[in-house]
Amino acid sequence: MYKIMTKRRLNSVVVLIEVEAPFVARKCEAGQFVVVRADQNGERIPLTIADYNRTENKITLVYQELGYSTKRLSTKNVGDSLQDVAGPLGLPAELENCHKVLGIGGGVGAAPLYPQLKKLAEKGTEVDVILGGRTAELVILENEFRTFSHDLTVVTDDGSYGMKGTVVDALLRLTQTKPYDQVIAIGPLPMMRAVVLQTQKLNIPTMVSLNPIMIDGTGMCGGCRVTVGGKTKFACVDGPDFDGFKVDFDECLRRQAMYKKDERQYEDHHRCLIGLEEK
Amino acid sequence: MPSLPNDRVKMPEQDPNVRNKNFSEVALGYNPEAAIAEAKRCLNCKNAKCVSGCPVNVPIPEFIHKIAGGDFKEAYETLFTQNALPAICGRVCPQENQCEGQCIKGIKGEAVAIGRLERFAADFTMNDPALNRSIPQKPPAKPTGPKVAIVGSGPAGLTCAGELARKGYDVTIFEALHEPGGVLMYGIPEFRLPKALVKKEIAKLNNLGVAIIPNVIIGKSITIDELLADGFKAVFIGSGAGLPKFMGIPGENLNGVYSANEFLTRSNLMKAYDQESPTPIFVGKNVAVIGGGNVAMDAARTAKRLGAEKSYIIYRRGEAELPARKEESHHAKEEGIIFKFLSYPTAIIGENGWVSGLECIDMALGPPDHSGRRSPIAKEGSEHLLAMDTVIVAIGQSPNPLIRQSTPGIATQKWGGIIVHEDTMATDKTGVYAGGDAVSGAATVISAMGAGKKAAAAIEQYLS
Repeated sequence: MYKIMTKRRLNSVVVLIEVEAPFVARKCEAGQFVVVRADQNGERIPLTIADYNRTENKITLVYQELGYSTKRLSTKNVGDSLQDVAGPLGLPAELENCHKVLGIGGGVGAAPLYPQLKKLAEKGTEVDVILGGRTAELVILENEFRTFSHDLTVVTDDGSYGMKGTVVDALLRLTQTKPYDQVIAIGPLPMMRAVVLQTQKLNIPTMVSLNPIMIDGTGMCGGCRVTVGGKTKFACVDGPDFDGFKVDFDECLRRQAMYKKDERQYEDHHRCLIGLEEK
Repeated sequence: MPSLPNDRVKMPEQDPNVRNKNFSEVALGYNPEAAIAEAKRCLNCKNAKCVSGCPVNVPIPEFIHKIAGGDFKEAYETLFTQNALPAICGRVCPQENQCEGQCIKGIKGEAVAIGRLERFAADFTMNDPALNRSIPQKPPAKPTGPKVAIVGSGPAGLTCAGELARKGYDVTIFEALHEPGGVLMYGIPEFRLPKALVKKEIAKLNNLGVAIIPNVIIGKSITIDELLADGFKAVFIGSGAGLPKFMGIPGENLNGVYSANEFLTRSNLMKAYDQESPTPIFVGKNVAVIGGGNVAMDAARTAKRLGAEKSYIIYRRGEAELPARKEESHHAKEEGIIFKFLSYPTAIIGENGWVSGLECIDMALGPPDHSGRRSPIAKEGSEHLLAMDTVIVAIGQSPNPLIRQSTPGIATQKWGGIIVHEDTMATDKTGVYAGGDAVSGAATVISAMGAGKKAAAAIEQYLS
């Protein structure tokens, strides 16, 4: 179970794997996520499903090597098995066919954006895409998005690829001429917050996908609490997609940082062991 | 005949000031001499009241009689006929309200320590490799009976599975987490219920031919209707009460506020208490646990062990009204947990996004409410602030909605509990049964086991 079928490094920090997970592949929809453990005693890592193949019972996961556990995940290679893949979790994204949608993917956020836009395109929606990254190599899945996107804009902070600037700059440029019915923005919290700030002014409904700290992913721990429209929601069972206009991003950012110190300490302590135990 | 002592034989425990810094088991169990001495206190009543107090009808005088005679393995086998998880029940059952509450010896002195004796018989047999061999070690022949699916591997599911497997049914348990055991693994701490022991009890079920599939979330990975279409002839839902309740007071989303579920799951299931675990947990100097049940005691005692200088229980009623077992609140007090009774949190105060204090108001007890307990009334003007770094909300859990949302034909209470026919645990949906906290709301391990057992009998009848 949970065998890694393919593995592809998308850039120096982002990896794509296809994993055999029949219970997930049979039922999952765009927007849902899984909880993964690389090995025994590993952390439970929530990862949004980037694609799925029902006939081959496999799902695609794209993750960024951020801390100990995601680096640990990278020690697994094709043919190895992950300890656990549980899901599909969360609600499927509500993807109503509409005239014109703009998808904005920042960094590794392009991965969860991909299945949502693909599905909309299949339904006949005209889809434009902005892919952003700090620098050229951090822009991922461009070719995959090109297969269905009507207009694709690449934007990098340093101008090393595509337009120079942020996804918000690209958004402002595109919205000057194009009337979008909806924006779907997935990426780092500050990016989603910045996008929402503009789309609110432009009055374009905007969905965002949240990936807060959680353990079980089934509503049991409540660690993933987010305030949406003044009410507490559990991102794992009520989301992970929410109306961006209603999300309290400041709270999300604060909660996301809850264990920053512990995680860094743990990683410093255990860095030497990564990859050694397997041999 | 010499008169039997009125007091039970004491069970050794770790010193409170030692154990509040480690996660090893608090109570150390009887040795054979102590067990025999305690067993000899049993009057072996003809009309054994204790049995009527047991949700799973353990033949109590019979197994105690065998301990008194030194036949420990036979005692265990007698227990095992009615109780698949004796080592667990001997530790976490509220015996004082059940078997021991009915014991005749309890009228003049202390009831026979039935729970301690149950634990002794189970531990003695399970720890002795020679005796353990008599428990089937190899998987039996592939079960030939009809296929039954069990949702959740907590006490209700494990019991139902064990009962059916023994009768030859082909039982598969689906577990949402990566580890089977449910609340026994994620909820009850190591110092009350060692996880190695839970794993041993579960291994016995594997030996009976029960298959356990982890990481499957019924309602998400597969629905109950799909299970029935897939060839399962009956389904038992034992999905527990996993949804944590919050108070709805200001500040609950501050960093440093946990549900008891999250705090305990981090420590128990994810082993955050172990430096080698990558899962972090935040404790700080001062910890407030809101609530007065067993879960609250577990959280406060865990926080203390994780290094909290002061670990408080904040409870809105008085000591007499504590819903926790006496033994648990007693152990907590010994370990230095500070109890603030008649205190009700009104707000969690933050500084830079982190918890810095808990605002409470004093309460007085009014007349009894519908539950028979005196209801607390706020004393106006008594608001005060307690300095805190962590707040853990332990005011209860409700059933997870995933199953009722994904299963047409199942009726539920307003608060989410699945409605069943009391005698059979059958839901309104043909072939689908339910029990444990998913039906009752958060209750005890043993009542869940009782429900699992009742459902197993009804499923057997339904399928024959």
